Amino acid sequence: MANVKVLVAKPGLDGHDRGAKVVARALRDAGFEVIYTGIRLTPEQIAEAALQDDVNVVALSLLSGAHNTLFPKVVELLKAKGMKNVLVIGGGVIPEADIPGLKAAGIKEVFTPGTPTTKVVEFIKANVK
Amino acid sequence: MANDTLKTEFKRYMDEADAKCAKFPERPNLEPNRLYTPLDIEGFDYEKDLGFPGEFPFTRGVQPTMYRGRFWTMRMYAGFSTAEESNKRYRYLLANGGSGLSCAFDLPTQIGYDSTDPMAEGEVGKVGVAIDSLADMEILFNQIDLSKVSTSMTINAPASVLLCMYIAVAEKQGVPAAKLRGTIQNDILKEYSARGTYIFPPKPSMRLITNIFEYCSKNVPLWNTISISGYHIREAGSTAAQEIAFTIADGIAYVEAALKAGMDIDAFAGRLSFFWNAHNNVLEEVAKYRASRRIWARIMKDRFHAKKAKSMMLRFHTQTAGSMLTAQQPNNNIVRVALQVAAAVMGGTQSLHTNSKDEALALPTTESVTIALRTQQIVAYESGLADTIDPLGGSYYVEALTNKIEKEAMDYIKKIDDLGGAPEAIAKGYIQKEIQDSAYKWQMDVEQGKRIIVGVNKFTQEEEPPKNLLRVDGSVGKLQAKKIADVKAKRDNAKVKATLAALEDACHKDEKTNLIPFILEAVRAYATEGEICGVMRKVFGEFKAHTAL
Repeated sequence: MANVKVLVAKPGLDGHDRGAKVVARALRDAGFEVIYTGIRLTPEQIAEAALQDDVNVVALSLLSGAHNTLFPKVVELLKAKGMKNVLVIGGGVIPEADIPGLKAAGIKEVFTPGTPTTKVVEFIKANVK
Repeated sequence: MANDTLKTEFKRYMDEADAKCAKFPERPNLEPNRLYTPLDIEGFDYEKDLGFPGEFPFTRGVQPTMYRGRFWTMRMYAGFSTAEESNKRYRYLLANGGSGLSCAFDLPTQIGYDSTDPMAEGEVGKVGVAIDSLADMEILFNQIDLSKVSTSMTINAPASVLLCMYIAVAEKQGVPAAKLRGTIQNDILKEYSARGTYIFPPKPSMRLITNIFEYCSKNVPLWNTISISGYHIREAGSTAAQEIAFTIADGIAYVEAALKAGMDIDAFAGRLSFFWNAHNNVLEEVAKYRASRRIWARIMKDRFHAKKAKSMMLRFHTQTAGSMLTAQQPNNNIVRVALQVAAAVMGGTQSLHTNSKDEALALPTTESVTIALRTQQIVAYESGLADTIDPLGGSYYVEALTNKIEKEAMDYIKKIDDLGGAPEAIAKGYIQKEIQDSAYKWQMDVEQGKRIIVGVNKFTQEEEPPKNLLRVDGSVGKLQAKKIADVKAKRDNAKVKATLAALEDACHKDEKTNLIPFILEAVRAYATEGEICGVMRKVFGEFKAHTAL
């Protein structure tokens, strides 16, 4: 999986990055090439980083409740930049009720609190293009 | 029994017990010894190590009467959506036995953006209440008498602005600043290392903090000018010893900054306060609180030569651990919180926030907040835990654990001193790396079953998605935009411009120029938070983090 590049990113103003960092490290330990953006990025900055680094996966983490606004925006911007094959996944404090809407907007899977990192690894392996 | 005899007896006893254990293996991965005896606290000296409550080194508590005098302040952290909605929640909490307020602000407010700023998109009113100008603050405290209530505000980079808004609301109520009681978090160092709501680079940030210390020592003398916070360091994944070590190291940096600015230690040290996490391991937490008091007292006395007892007292607020709430089987969280409350109370906290059962999923509903508040009341009135001071003092295990955590923390503090102090250690990424390593280890322990979380990696069950979660709808951003437009239409814009220009001038001068009076003038003129922080952003620049994995 060394040829799979993952961008772990934190959109919005949320500073809770324990989960993002733990997931980033677990993905790296699983053999992916991982780039972590740090906190407080705009969707535009994330899409641009994904393009520059030519990643296969964008993993978004958000715990502030702004996911319904910011996650779909990242997907739109990625498409606008011609990155149609990139796998976008998300995680954080996200109510069950919001997940269908996020999936319809192009977030392929949403991982909620308590998810083992191995599950994220398996999902990427099975779905990355 | 003399120690030698006890040693022999202890060995005989343990050998026999080990033989039994061969048949019934012990649970793996436990850190403490199976049993503690006086052998584990050899050299224990009551007067030197503990003292009496209210006396140096304050191991047993900061007041001579503790909860026999009055219970801790039951202070529920709350705020969401608009000032109107949050004001309702505050009045509900006060009417139901809450004894102090604690304001949660949304992220744009915490990072100095108005609700209309493009950076605020999607975040307005989400994790706390949106405050854009004095007009919102007036609504937030509508019908709440600021001469009676004490208010804690979780605000850091723009702490000066929100404090000034609070002072200005009080003025309108006819309450002088000298009577105001409460706390601003105002702890920027842990924002860089663990929490993330920084705005300015370290130097101007430290100036704002020492400006606040100085201004309050003269004008708002009952105000806690900082809440030096380990809570978020623990939430970010640190251990108990790291939580107090990294926080006390931050505390040392603030004291040094104030001394460097020319203040006398006893003029400000008594208003420093702390903020600890209440995690799941009850006895470890109790030992942590006790160790933190002893460490701080000794540092203030021996290193900084404080004279007043008040300067040596580590007074602290506690919040139960948000990161220990599970999204699975959320009712179990009520039990976790009750145990965390037990730890905080046996550890002698001055005030306490209890998390609600649904907070791994969303902000809490009124019903779940009520259970969380009632949990504190049950511990206070029914459990007996608050009936006597430091009830675990003298326990072989708790004393040994207090010593152990103290030693681990002091080793870290020494290491941070060697790196040049907390700001340097943070700039080098040392503290962040230590926290990340602990967080990763915790997660791996859970995934490998070395650490059990009920409902997550053991005793799991299929369940329906929870219903009745609190939702903040997207209209809050629009409401706030309208309010800002109204404020700007009504206020004297020439005056706003003049106060902001005066603030900008003052920012350019050195740290001896106290910025607080300038910010207060701008606030009184209804300058928005974004306008005030914008001026400071322009002069001071913005902090950019470098994040390593």
